[in-house]
Amino acid sequence: MSHVFKDLHWSRDISLKEYLVPETLAQALQMLSDYDGRARLIAGGTDVIVDLRRRNYEVEALVDISRIPGMDGIDLEGDRIILGGMVTHAQTAASRLIRDKAELLASACLNVGSPQIRSIATLGGNLVSGQPAADGSIPLLALSARVAIISGKGERVVPLKDFFLDLGKTVVDPTREILSRIEFDSLGPNQGGCTLRLSKRKALGLPIVICAVVVTVDAAKQVIDEAAIALGPVAPIPYRDQGLESVIQGKPATMKTLHQVAEKASAQCTPRDSLLRGSCDYRREMVKVLVRRCLKTALEQAGCTLN
Amino acid sequence: MSNIELSFTLNGKKVEAAVAPVKMLVDLLRETFNLTGTKVGCREGECGACTVLMDGEAYNSCLMPAHKVQGREVTTIEGLQQADGSLDPLQEAFMEAGAVQCGFCTPGMILNAKALLSKNPSPDEEEIRMALSGVLCRCTGYRKIVQAVKNAASESRS
Repeated sequence: MSHVFKDLHWSRDISLKEYLVPETLAQALQMLSDYDGRARLIAGGTDVIVDLRRRNYEVEALVDISRIPGMDGIDLEGDRIILGGMVTHAQTAASRLIRDKAELLASACLNVGSPQIRSIATLGGNLVSGQPAADGSIPLLALSARVAIISGKGERVVPLKDFFLDLGKTVVDPTREILSRIEFDSLGPNQGGCTLRLSKRKALGLPIVICAVVVTVDAAKQVIDEAAIALGPVAPIPYRDQGLESVIQGKPATMKTLHQVAEKASAQCTPRDSLLRGSCDYRREMVKVLVRRCLKTALEQAGCTLN
Repeated sequence: MSNIELSFTLNGKKVEAAVAPVKMLVDLLRETFNLTGTKVGCREGECGACTVLMDGEAYNSCLMPAHKVQGREVTTIEGLQQADGSLDPLQEAFMEAGAVQCGFCTPGMILNAKALLSKNPSPDEEEIRMALSGVLCRCTGYRKIVQAVKNAASESRS
């Protein structure tokens, strides 16, 4: 039997030359640069450690940024909400500010893993891991979030819709760069948002479909001026359905509109058949349900009465 | 490979250890400190058998590089026992309610419950279930476990 277990990730040791703990961002960047692509950033570690054990990648050193001061704040500057790169899912879900001004993100953060995972796993790490099912990424896409990335060359700010490149791949190179903050505008009085997730279990469950929307309605609460609709994991990357968004723009805030949009969302998406997540047909049906329910909740939050 | 010198508080005592880079906390606890109450289940953060408290909050020690405990306060299931040998009210409640079958998940269940009760002394059933949602039990079906946490909470209030 023992040869069977040899191949399991369970028995594999992770070997590293160094575990580095910088005290400033500048130090962290220097350490990464000294290793020239052979060291990788670690924040909460709940993805990195699993990936290292599964040999999804190999590194010679880890650079742990959890001791750098000033990276775990959740702040409001004007209408802009700013989350530091080390803010955890538990912190986001518990934040009064996020619950009041971006409830769709707070509720989504409660869907991640388990309490033990949420208290250490960071939202920034969730994005950099680049998984199509990342719970944090879907509402942040709907919120039109931007992320700041720092490297030896300075800082750049990237809209989240341009952030995801492919399965597990984003514009951040975690062997050379650091995602230092996430920012987005808080929801105004004519706006509403919602995230819904379908999974087999309430905790530690793989999502079958996640949908998040943010709607903006006119002053009379009759017309949908704008809607942001984000979906995962129904493609290699989490994405905004811009075709769908242009269809809904300017339409009356009625159940009829919602049914039409939900049908279209379902017809346009191309989820894979998956033994873990369900068949393509089933997930398409569920996209329909989730898009409709999300839009309904978001519109009601924005002050619309739907009929 | 350069070892890391660590100092932290373990079950109320200051301790020191030299560990290899990226030694996981669960291995440090079991191998160096012989605290085998912390279990290794899945090593992927799915089962919660390795749960420990760090500064009162529950974490999976199988995913935690040991360096993260530098200067922190770690409590394992062994640390819940008082100096006079008496058990924590939660441990008593688990025995009373028969919330233990094979026992493998029990340390994780109790420590997650401990983290909950320290923040929220009167949780409702939903809050208890949420707090325990990161620990898998394959024997009892959770009912008695939830009951034990309820009993411990009302015990400590009376």
